[in-house]
Amino acid sequence: MSGNMNLTLKVWRQKNKDSKGLLETYNVKNISPDMSFLEMFDVLNEELITKGEEPIAFDHDCREGICGMCSMYINGRPHGPKRGVTTCQLHMRSFKDGDTIVVEPWRATAFPVIKDLSVDRSAFDRIIASGGFVSVNTGNARDANNIPIPKDDADTAFDAAACIGCGACVAACKNASAMLFVSAKVSQLALLPQGQPERYMRVQSMVGQMDEEGFGNCTNTGACEAECPKGISLSNIARMNRDYIAAGLGSE
Amino acid sequence: MTSSKIDAKIPGGSLEDKWTTYRSTVHLVNPSNKRNLEVIVVGSGLAGASAASSLAELGYKVKVFCFQDSPRRAHSIAAQGGINAAKNYQNDGDSTYRLFYDTIKGGDYRAREANVYRLAEVSGNIIDQCVAQGVPFAREYGGLLSNRSFGGTQVQRTFYAAGQTGQQLLLGAYSSLQRQVGMGTVKMYTRHEMLDVVTIDGKCRGIIARDLVTGKLERHFGHAVLLCSGGYGNVFYLSTNAMGSNVTAAWKAHKKGAFFGNPCFTQIHPTCIPVSGDHQSKLTLMSESLRNDGRIWVPKKKDDPRKPADIPEDERDYYLERRYPAFGNLVPRDVASRAAKERCDAGYGVGTSKMAVYLDFAFNTKRYGQVEANKRNLHNPSEEEIIRLGKEVVKEKYGNLFDMYEQITGENPYEMPMRIYPAVHYTMGGLWVNYNLMTTVPGLYALGEANFSDHGANRLGASALMQGLADGYFVIPYTIGDYLSEEIRTKAIPTDHEAFVEAEARVQESIDKLMNIRGTKSVDHFHKKLGKIMWDKCGMARNVEGLKSAIEEIRELRAEFWKDVRIPGTANEFNPELEKAGRVADFLELGELMCKDALERNESCGGHFREEYQTEEGEALRDDENYAYVAAWEYMGDSKYELHKEDLKFENIKIAQRSYK
Ligand SMILES: Cc1cc2nc3c(=O)[nH]c(=O)nc-3n(C[C@H](O)[C@H](O)[C@H](O)COP(=O)(O)OP(=O)(O)OC[C@H]3O[C@@H](n4cnc5c(N)ncnc54)[C@H](O)[C@@H]3O)c2cc1C
Ligand code: SF4
Ligand code: FES
Repeated sequence: MSGNMNLTLKVWRQKNKDSKGLLETYNVKNISPDMSFLEMFDVLNEELITKGEEPIAFDHDCREGICGMCSMYINGRPHGPKRGVTTCQLHMRSFKDGDTIVVEPWRATAFPVIKDLSVDRSAFDRIIASGGFVSVNTGNARDANNIPIPKDDADTAFDAAACIGCGACVAACKNASAMLFVSAKVSQLALLPQGQPERYMRVQSMVGQMDEEGFGNCTNTGACEAECPKGISLSNIARMNRDYIAAGLGSE
Repeated sequence: MTSSKIDAKIPGGSLEDKWTTYRSTVHLVNPSNKRNLEVIVVGSGLAGASAASSLAELGYKVKVFCFQDSPRRAHSIAAQGGINAAKNYQNDGDSTYRLFYDTIKGGDYRAREANVYRLAEVSGNIIDQCVAQGVPFAREYGGLLSNRSFGGTQVQRTFYAAGQTGQQLLLGAYSSLQRQVGMGTVKMYTRHEMLDVVTIDGKCRGIIARDLVTGKLERHFGHAVLLCSGGYGNVFYLSTNAMGSNVTAAWKAHKKGAFFGNPCFTQIHPTCIPVSGDHQSKLTLMSESLRNDGRIWVPKKKDDPRKPADIPEDERDYYLERRYPAFGNLVPRDVASRAAKERCDAGYGVGTSKMAVYLDFAFNTKRYGQVEANKRNLHNPSEEEIIRLGKEVVKEKYGNLFDMYEQITGENPYEMPMRIYPAVHYTMGGLWVNYNLMTTVPGLYALGEANFSDHGANRLGASALMQGLADGYFVIPYTIGDYLSEEIRTKAIPTDHEAFVEAEARVQESIDKLMNIRGTKSVDHFHKKLGKIMWDKCGMARNVEGLKSAIEEIRELRAEFWKDVRIPGTANEFNPELEKAGRVADFLELGELMCKDALERNESCGGHFREEYQTEEGEALRDDENYAYVAAWEYMGDSKYELHKEDLKFENIKIAQRSYK
């Protein structure tokens, strides 16, 4: 049961991080509107393999919009044209028969290309390792209901915690800034009582690590928020900036 | 009688005291020795991340491996509905014993009592730990934690974070893990795949891993190795698991001497989005929590052409409520799945394929709307107002799931019922482990979904997250001491030891063999075929003829794979097709063992439904006389396996036919 859409794809091909890449053109036929964007790539790859060509490498795992692994820059927009949707949850009914679709990897100095559409986002892990946690060893915790948390705070913290670490915010930003990602984690913990003891130290270390990784500055254009598949709000950046300033004052 | 080759090492004493006594008498390793002991953890999901961070906190030197680009992307991230714990915060009669009882019964009396009791005992600590880490669980207006119900229980003991519980728990464990990475006590290897375990003098001493970016093989030594590599539901090709979930780590261990427990126990989840076409690459779960508020039905009339909203109440068959009045829509998964299959097979299915049933929220949306209107002191609200308010409540509870449903199907579940059908979801089977979570290979452990231990023949919803975190945070930090306290004199073994050299050579050989086939068909081609055989013959219903023919078909398919698979590119670069090929090669062996296990078990229990063994009402018919055991399979060479049995004793629970009526 296949469909009847025929599309032209221009896809970034790059052998490895040291080689130069280029856009290659492919035609795909009989695409069903019920396919996901990645399933359309599966169809293309199957064809390439049958023809004896190399399939296109791309990252993906859950295909449910939650692991943050998929990462395609589609027609100039990270995760494609729909708001609030990851590449794996984008379906072909969002496109029309005859469309030309350009697919590139995330582009940022801090995210070097590994191959084709796969990039290295380990900078994000290092930022979390620099302070994105509460220092509590296993077994140190007291009864969970001993820490009542106002529902509104819990809900706002949860909204920030919904970040999937995909990096679309960086890819969307003309400066390749990681502020939205970093502020989401900083905010989540700053909003909760558990996060208070390390609150100011955390923001300083994480921002420090972010700068070290080579992400750009934030100039408040808001492209990150518009492209974030999880609706992470710009207000997190404002909150982080306040904490960062407060931390600076405190330490001087 | 239990085979002499396995010893579950269950501590003595009464059920309630076993774990406490064990913990206070188990051998310890002193802090200065811990620094010299190295532990390898394969997997960074809930089990792996929690184990690795806890062991590093204790002072062990830890290395963690995962095949994704970040430990935060392990498949646990996708868990939706919730995590159980016997906190009794709702004051509704919950207790350690009740959670134990529900789990043993839910598992259709095929799990080990001592392990399950321990799981129930530590469940509360998990919630405490996660909250301390900053996991934003759902809360009530009073600021305290909220609970919901899951299938197979009559209390509310499930903690949750909207439909993203796994994500929030994993991010908690991941942040603890990254904290240790930052401190240098854990070394993280992302985009690495373990391809063999290395044994020296009968003990596990390390692994061979492939760097997936460069293709280089690496040797890593460890005094102990923990496999936290997840479940193998993808043997069916289509499942709710992430695309990369696989059996390779467990299977390689199996071939090195670790017995495989109950391989045929697979969980088919009742509420998933139905298959929409041949292009389908995976199936998407709609969390069990939806059954709290959604009612399942089909039309009473076959091929009813009307829209669901136009079918009046008395022409709908709420078949779960009809068949199981005591538990209704909240019967366990195996029961709900079979009931859906029964209705569809009988011709009452809905949608274009007729292989779906409705999951309808209209009733509860209205109920919530009314409650909300009362809360807000709205007098005489209109029907529309009530529905609008109700939808808000439903959105807060399940918003992300509803959005996902709409993305995938193009239909709005706030306006019309979801169409759902069962799909492969979880594997209760896995590496056989003793009470210490050690496999039959000394020094090799299995945690989380990768082991067979706690769920018997059917897992209750929200219990996998609980088990993964129990194993990692609260069990292994103690039980590993029992082994490592004997290893303090073992110096790190250099990886030029012949056992490492040999193991690496064998892995290289098998990669070369795959690359050199240069056949004509893609890996997916074989994977899809295997999946179809498994689903048709070793899926929701199984019988002797089907299983026998499945074994033959799998053997043929495997032979064809090794003659005709095509893997493009080379082995010394980033090559996702090669990764898939290795995994499918292992699935092609595992599939056969699953069928063999299903064939051997002449009874129906939990998710294992043998058509020959059912009651008149179509319920699973267990045979406790002959099959109250764990099947632990030993690998004896190509397609040869020997069965060892671990007898299950039920001393603290009355074994009975499971009834949810
Ligand atoms: C869609 C969905 C929803 C679910 N919802 C719930 C729920 O609400 N409640 C509940 O209790 N359970 C739920 N489950 C089940 C639960 O999520 C899993 O059983 C559990 O998360 C498994 O955790 P794990 O740590 O054992 O393995 P995983 O999280 O699967 O992690 C496996 C790890 O092993 C690594 N790995 C595997 N093989 C190798 C290898 N060869 N080399 C290196 N690394 C390797 C992977 O990279 C990964 O890091 C759900 C499952 C699914 C599919
Ligand atoms: S903030 Fe949004 S875009 Fe950025 S990593 Fe998180 S989820 Fe992705
Ligand atoms: S593949 Fe996991 S978010 Fe897209």
